[in-house]
Amino acid sequence: MKDGSKKFLKNGLGQLTIPLIAVALLVIFNLIRDPSFFSISITHNNVGNAVLSGNLISIINGASELAILAIGMTLVTAATKGQDISVGAAAAIAGSVFVKVLKSGSEISVGMVLLAFLCACLVAMIFGAFNGTLVAVFNIQPMIATLILYTCGRSIAYWINGGATPTVNSPILNAIGSFAPGIPVPTPVIIVIAVTILFKLLFHFTSLEILTQSVGINQSAARLNGINTTFIKLLSFILLGVCVSVAGCIGVSRLGLINHETLLLDVEMDAILAVAIGGNSLGGGKFKISGSIIGAYVIQMLTITLYAMKVSSTDVKAYKAIVIVLLVVIGSPVVKERFRKIFKKGKSGTKGVEAA
Amino acid sequence: MNKNRNKVKEPLNDTQLLMTITICIFAVMYLLAIVLLQGGFLHAQQILDMLNDNASLIIVSCGLTIVMIGGGIDISVGAVTSLVVMSCVLFINKGGNPYLAILLALGIGLAFGAVHGFLISYLDIQPFIVTLAGMFFARGMTTILSVEPQKLDEEVFNGIHTSIKSDLLGYRAKNGNVIPANMELGVVIAAVCVILIFVLLKYCRLGRNFYAIGGNQQSALMLGINVKRTRFATYLISGLLSGISGYVLMMHIGAGNATNAAGMEMNAIASAIIGGTLLTGGVGNVLGTVFGVLTLTTIKKIVVTSGLNQPYWQSITTGGMLCFFILLQSVVLGKRQKKKKAS
Repeated sequence: MKDGSKKFLKNGLGQLTIPLIAVALLVIFNLIRDPSFFSISITHNNVGNAVLSGNLISIINGASELAILAIGMTLVTAATKGQDISVGAAAAIAGSVFVKVLKSGSEISVGMVLLAFLCACLVAMIFGAFNGTLVAVFNIQPMIATLILYTCGRSIAYWINGGATPTVNSPILNAIGSFAPGIPVPTPVIIVIAVTILFKLLFHFTSLEILTQSVGINQSAARLNGINTTFIKLLSFILLGVCVSVAGCIGVSRLGLINHETLLLDVEMDAILAVAIGGNSLGGGKFKISGSIIGAYVIQMLTITLYAMKVSSTDVKAYKAIVIVLLVVIGSPVVKERFRKIFKKGKSGTKGVEAA
Repeated sequence: MNKNRNKVKEPLNDTQLLMTITICIFAVMYLLAIVLLQGGFLHAQQILDMLNDNASLIIVSCGLTIVMIGGGIDISVGAVTSLVVMSCVLFINKGGNPYLAILLALGIGLAFGAVHGFLISYLDIQPFIVTLAGMFFARGMTTILSVEPQKLDEEVFNGIHTSIKSDLLGYRAKNGNVIPANMELGVVIAAVCVILIFVLLKYCRLGRNFYAIGGNQQSALMLGINVKRTRFATYLISGLLSGISGYVLMMHIGAGNATNAAGMEMNAIASAIIGGTLLTGGVGNVLGTVFGVLTLTTIKKIVVTSGLNQPYWQSITTGGMLCFFILLQSVVLGKRQKKKKAS
């Protein structure tokens, strides 16, 4: 017991320290700025459901796609020591396929939506496998390999759509994109929980987690130990493809239309950021899915806070950058080391903040 | 015996091999373009136009090449370029001297480079995240400065939009007039930058150190190289070049807009890669990067001139060509490594 607490004091919460500090700082900042910021109320939407609303709900709801993508991105980062920058483009393709299949039927039923999702999932997995093959078989750096799809992905979506932005309207899609009848929690949040549980189960019942980590830490050692490194890398990209299709379908259902130019625009940068804020090394190796998910919520909370402070949507980026830099500076090994020295000497903590 | 064989056939190193491939492909593609789409591609103006339009991209890619040789990455270059254009335009329109604006451009670039370099090399933060934040900050600042596009005054723009004209390279129009070929001042600046960086990388101690820290940081450290300071220098140079590129872009288009240089960072990375620079560091050549830019532009020009003018075709074919290049590089490098292992 004593050992445990000592370890806790020494390492803090491990890699989750930084994201949790970030969450705490944002919460405190918001509470000081406006005590009612996190108030949750029950309102009735235009269909007549009792639903929860408030800033907190919109933060959790709005970060859904990002959180799902961050899960897949964490796997890819851990296994390949690189990032996939094509997720936004791939999500646009998946969304286009989703809409295309929905449009091909006469009416939209639950079965139809499921079929459309499966098709979108399949296409996204194929594109994931394409990226994965380039990375795993041809040994190309992930950022470069995915640069190809990043360049042409949205154009492929445009071509699938036939150069238009088709709309789909259906109560089922509304139920996926906003609230299902009778449930006060936004459906995307439930989907995030479901996806997280699925991945946790996958890690629990297979040795995927440890295999991925070992491939990321030392590829040749992993190969010599009989791990099929090519397959693990490929699999991480295919799993990211699944995440991409889920995120793309949520994005389409939210708006009820597919716009290949704006669907999940710039999400790839945010997803990579979520992975990094979550304390995962972008150089591969050990990873924690929970860190990335918290990272995604940190980013969304930051954005919503800035919106609440009446910052215009185009200017948000500049302020976001300042906060990100502050976060990574606090999390950097050099600063941490300095903190530790200062604490050891028994000096006051304020000096440490100045040094940072 | 082994020594002998090496003397007889001195093998190209990875950098030279990749660069040679790029130059060959560029030449083949350009010749193909001349044969298939006669006319336009034969004029000297075609090449000059490519240079005029891409002078700023060439400068930025050179900076990125240095960062990549040092084993890092800088994705803020496009955003910094855009910020420089916007602030220079606003500065000149407020009555500032266009030549003083050069100092402003260099200052902004150096400031970004210094902050990136400090955070990455002295605080040990991942370069992708730092420069991503830099990109967000620069893009955000651009829109804070002005959401509306800002145009330079006509007279000032005509003053700095000078170009070098040459009758010799010009072509004869159908009515018999000679239209002189014109090359903008930005191309000269780009050429100077390229030559300076080439010399720096090839013959200067600092430049050789870039390769050393990119190739193997540990060995570089043991050789007594100040790794942190060298890495700091790579980002400083990249920032400086982004500043210069912003000024060159302003001379070319004469207007500040929030969407200026959108996607330039990815184009710059792609050019450097096509030119034979590896993202893992230690391998790269600035001349290859220039040819990378030209190759990428030629692809786009061919797509447009061959009548595939649907907006999606351009990026789909660019993606396809990129795929081809990347695969080719990988296969060639893979074969070499196998040979090395076998020998």
